[in-house]
Amino acid sequence: MSEMKKIKNLKEFSTSADRFEGANLLCPGCAHSIIVREVLNATNDDLVLAASTGCLEVCTAVYPYTSWDASWIHIGFENGSTAVAGAEAMYNALKTKGRLKQPERNPKFVAFGGDGASYDIGFQWISGCMERGHNMMYVVLDNEVYANTGGQRSSSTPIGSSTTTAPAGKVSYGERKNKKDMVSIMAAHQIPYSAQVAPNKWKDMVKKIQHGMAVEGPVFINAVSPCTTEWKFDPKDTMHITDLATDSLVFPLYEIIDNHELNITYRPKNVVPVEEYMAAQGRFKHLFKDEYKYLIKEWQERVDANWAYLQRREEARV
Amino acid sequence: MAFDKVELKDIEVWDGNFAASQAMRQCQIDVVAAYPITPSTPIVEGYGNMKANNLIEGEFVMVESEHAAMSGCIGAAAAGGRVATATSSQGFALMVETLYQASGMRLPIVLNVVNRALAAPLNVNGDHSDMYLGRDSGWIQLDAYCPQDAYDMNFIAFKVAEDHDVRLPCMVHQDGFMTSHTAQGVHTLDDDTAYGFVGEFKPMNDMLDFEHPVTHGVQTEEDWHFEHKARQHNDLMTKVLPKIQAAFDDFEKISGRKYNIVEKYDMEDADVAVVCMGTSVETAREVAGEMREKGIKAGVVGLRVVRPFPFFEIAEALKEVKAIAALDRSSPNGAPGMLFNEIAGCLINTPANPMLSGFVYGLGGRDLTKKHLVEIYTQLQANVDAGKLTTPQQQFIGVRGPKLSFL
Repeated sequence: MSEMKKIKNLKEFSTSADRFEGANLLCPGCAHSIIVREVLNATNDDLVLAASTGCLEVCTAVYPYTSWDASWIHIGFENGSTAVAGAEAMYNALKTKGRLKQPERNPKFVAFGGDGASYDIGFQWISGCMERGHNMMYVVLDNEVYANTGGQRSSSTPIGSSTTTAPAGKVSYGERKNKKDMVSIMAAHQIPYSAQVAPNKWKDMVKKIQHGMAVEGPVFINAVSPCTTEWKFDPKDTMHITDLATDSLVFPLYEIIDNHELNITYRPKNVVPVEEYMAAQGRFKHLFKDEYKYLIKEWQERVDANWAYLQRREEARV
Repeated sequence: MAFDKVELKDIEVWDGNFAASQAMRQCQIDVVAAYPITPSTPIVEGYGNMKANNLIEGEFVMVESEHAAMSGCIGAAAAGGRVATATSSQGFALMVETLYQASGMRLPIVLNVVNRALAAPLNVNGDHSDMYLGRDSGWIQLDAYCPQDAYDMNFIAFKVAEDHDVRLPCMVHQDGFMTSHTAQGVHTLDDDTAYGFVGEFKPMNDMLDFEHPVTHGVQTEEDWHFEHKARQHNDLMTKVLPKIQAAFDDFEKISGRKYNIVEKYDMEDADVAVVCMGTSVETAREVAGEMREKGIKAGVVGLRVVRPFPFFEIAEALKEVKAIAALDRSSPNGAPGMLFNEIAGCLINTPANPMLSGFVYGLGGRDLTKKHLVEIYTQLQANVDAGKLTTPQQQFIGVRGPKLSFL
């Protein structure tokens, strides 16, 4: 077991072991790069990384450049999880056979994918990896939309969000289905650790990533990643929007250990109304017309119910 | 726990599937990621059984689909080690996206393809539809005609694919059921000789070398994509066949079995020739012999290498032939068959001016009988006697109903 990295403060954290270069093509204000840096900087161990096709991939590995100062692979849209699982299998094989070049190293295997790559097209591949018990971490950069291709709906898109394939219009309020509960589905694979994280709560993030890297077996992380382009907010407001996401409890932060021990890891001192979170983003703008205001009320009720559910589950330990 | 070796008899009675499993065991593969599908299932079953009995030290990962199987193989190969899997038909079709990714990323994976028809209608039997689906995928494709070949071609596949001048994935094809489930005597190599032939895997750009981080699977648009594809094609066209020939020569030294890029039977003085692949080669050889007893100078050309297509070798083999039949075991669905087109292509700018006929046969595992081949040779000879093409350029042979011909 490698020693857990000790992190004193944000300044040190943001500059330590920088294996993801600032030289990339992501939009100004994109949360992806913040999340990736937080995940990578949580450990000093060697990394074998994968990314599914999507914003992160197309913005960080355009030949002849790479933003990655660690082993990294991209295959396709749906199979980033399995790419890392295959690499992990090779690591185990070479370890058994005594053919590792640096046998003293303790590499971590991490795959990144957007919500489209994870909730939709790569769902089966992730499920397979979780079920088979590979010693790997899968991180969803959840921006609730196919951002790389111009803002189409995914099964992570929330009710009322206007996307290019489910737009708001004269007779439509946009997305009609609520997002998939991916963390619960993954936890139901009986994996040792799953969690929801947010880049604004970096200490919580580091704790969870380090926990995930320390356990044996597959780990699933869902990271909320506000998208300046598709959520329609000013690039300077990324952290403000993230604060609204966590403080309104639209994105509650919690972890599930062995599919029975649920811990809420962040309880906002002042809970922000969901309406405030929605009002800060252009994708919900149309919901503020009188005829759709009931949807905002329903949103608040859903968030309240989910928060109550999480608390009950935390208490019940089931 | 070290794995156990196996004492094989000099000749074992194996079907094509088990022959492939045994060759995979002897090559000491580091990772096999696989998903079962008829008729290749016994390859992974056999391999799993060997793993369960400590005959295999490498990892064996049974994944949830063929797409995941090849995805896992790609991840494993990029990590740096020997990788292989097996599939057929629909599974092959599901893999197609990743086949292009594996070859474009220059990863030396070996894929045993037990050829089977493609639905619809659903069919589990052997034809070459899946093999043909893979022919533009950038893989090397070797063709086995019998269980012995299926065993031997696996060693050739690893040897060529993993060569640092090549670094391209390689398929080993065998006919579904006709080879995969037909037990025959297979001359074996002992474990040490077999492993000695393929040698220890030599990694290149391996992700598990942490002193040299590497980025695999980048994006290239109009600025670089063409150059990458051109280079891959260049290596297929110029480097692979010499490496295969060298591997065949080395293999002959340890096994006594001689393979050729293009297999020629009774071709020295042939007037008429059938060009085909897989189990059909053996049937055609037998019929060619019988035709010769009737005074028809019949020969057979078998493709041992489907991709890269042995353009000059085929032209050389057919340069004196007056009438040629190209046998395609896959429906061209609106065009001449692949072999018809390739053969026409390699003869067009040569002094040879043979008559070329295309025959589509054996779809969905329909037998190619000796009677069919007698008819084909008889047609070829009739054209030779007439001095011109008197038969359609494309015929379906062995299909029920009125005679079906085109072109």
